Amino acid sequence: MTTTADDHARLPARPRPEPDALSAPYWDGLRAHKLMLQRCHACGRVRHYPRPLCDHCYAFEHDWVEARGEGRVHSWTVCHHAFHPAFKQALPYALVTVDLAEGVRLQAPLRGSDPARLRVELPVVVDFEDIDDTLTLPCVRVRA
Amino acid sequence: MAAAGLKDRAAVTGVGETAYTRDTDRSQLELTLAASLAAIADAGLEPKDIDGVIPYGAGGVVAEDFITNFGLPDLRYSALTPMGGASPVAALQSAAMAVATGVANHVLIALGRGSIAGGRITSRLAAMPQMRLVGEFEMVQGCNAPAQFYAPMARRHMALYGTTVDQFAEVAMTCRRHAERNERAMMRKPMTREDHHASRMIAEPFRLFDCSLESAGAAAVIVSAAERAPDLRQRPVYIGGVAEGHPDSPSAITQRPDMTRFGLARAAPIAFRMAGVDHGDIDVAQIYDCFTWVVICQLEDLGFCAKGEGGAFVEGGRIGLAGELPVNTHGGLLSEAHIAGMNHIVELVRQLRGECGERQVADAEVGLVTGFGDLGDGAVAIMHR
Repeated sequence: MTTTADDHARLPARPRPEPDALSAPYWDGLRAHKLMLQRCHACGRVRHYPRPLCDHCYAFEHDWVEARGEGRVHSWTVCHHAFHPAFKQALPYALVTVDLAEGVRLQAPLRGSDPARLRVELPVVVDFEDIDDTLTLPCVRVRA
Repeated sequence: MAAAGLKDRAAVTGVGETAYTRDTDRSQLELTLAASLAAIADAGLEPKDIDGVIPYGAGGVVAEDFITNFGLPDLRYSALTPMGGASPVAALQSAAMAVATGVANHVLIALGRGSIAGGRITSRLAAMPQMRLVGEFEMVQGCNAPAQFYAPMARRHMALYGTTVDQFAEVAMTCRRHAERNERAMMRKPMTREDHHASRMIAEPFRLFDCSLESAGAAAVIVSAAERAPDLRQRPVYIGGVAEGHPDSPSAITQRPDMTRFGLARAAPIAFRMAGVDHGDIDVAQIYDCFTWVVICQLEDLGFCAKGEGGAFVEGGRIGLAGELPVNTHGGLLSEAHIAGMNHIVELVRQLRGECGERQVADAEVGLVTGFGDLGDGAVAIMHR
């Protein structure tokens, strides 16, 4: 379910991430349809969202691992009002907070299912949506 | 020392506000100065007596503006407490520290909101540094405003504890009933449960009537050293206990281990211990109400009931004027106005002075006010006459 650049050309400009050196591997990973997570190089703990320091062992050094793309619903909301005009056409849309298998969470829109199906602990898988040539965002689908 | 801390070392000696309206042609600074002058006059002070200032951390007005406009001869203390809606109550703590240590004698805390044209909620938030992570990872996919940030917390609370939309409605209707008795309140038309349920959905589970107002106006309070307070015009309202608290993962609710618990849960035991009072001693409570569910969660985090029991707690008239714990006697952010909780402090002080007319809680001696802001920061003050 890829949205084309043409669809978006008619919409108000959407807010876009401004990656820095710390978060660029995450956004680059999405472009390649991989969900990359930051991992402490010293103690191996996975953390998200990206930050400079491991709050467990205080090491700055880190690397990146590809997530399995599986998780369970932690919570969600279904948005019926657009607080930014770029999202008006998408209403209503569900934003799901997912407990990823790696122990951190992802927030992403639900695709392919009625939001009425959402329940805490419902298994979901991560998918990817190419918004345009330079931006890919994650989405989630109810696991078949 | 830590337990007693700031107990009764400071008092609120003056309160003031402007009219609260939907929009205004006065600037944020002008409104803030007007409310400040009202609070200073209420205390029986002159502007030049102010030697400490804590403006609202969310920007716009700075301490220098007060020096310039009041001609302050010797501003010795200024600070910011940038915690969104928890800022005013957190500022009480900072002000109490300043006057308890003799750094300042009379600290002005002031908060104003100007014209809607100056920026609706979404554009204001995107510019705040504490929203950096939300900005990069969540706003880009349509999670742009507090209703959307907080809805998953409420939804999970419902899933774990069986909290209901009828219980949300109870909070909204209670605030409205209190606003009916408050000539300053923006929303005074009676609200039924059916009205609440019929209001349009914003971000499930929040309907329009679960959301606070957007308002223009300003409110201000003066915090004075306890030894100076009895010489001033009003009966002092002492700060018995005060504390701020921050949640885990303060910059991203999404990553918070327990998203049904606020920073307030850490602050509350400190404030109660400092004040030396129990929950049963609280005669009236002004609980930050940006959304109905946020009141329910804070009642739990304050310890008025166990985690998960907040929904049942607000039922049966318990938080009404004649109830066991009258809450938001002015109508709150839901029905009086959204002055980021500075109006909650003003109302608590007036209740403890006995100035609230037909919404006065009889014999109110000890009261509590909370702030909740940004992504779960909290603050609480316990005050007494």
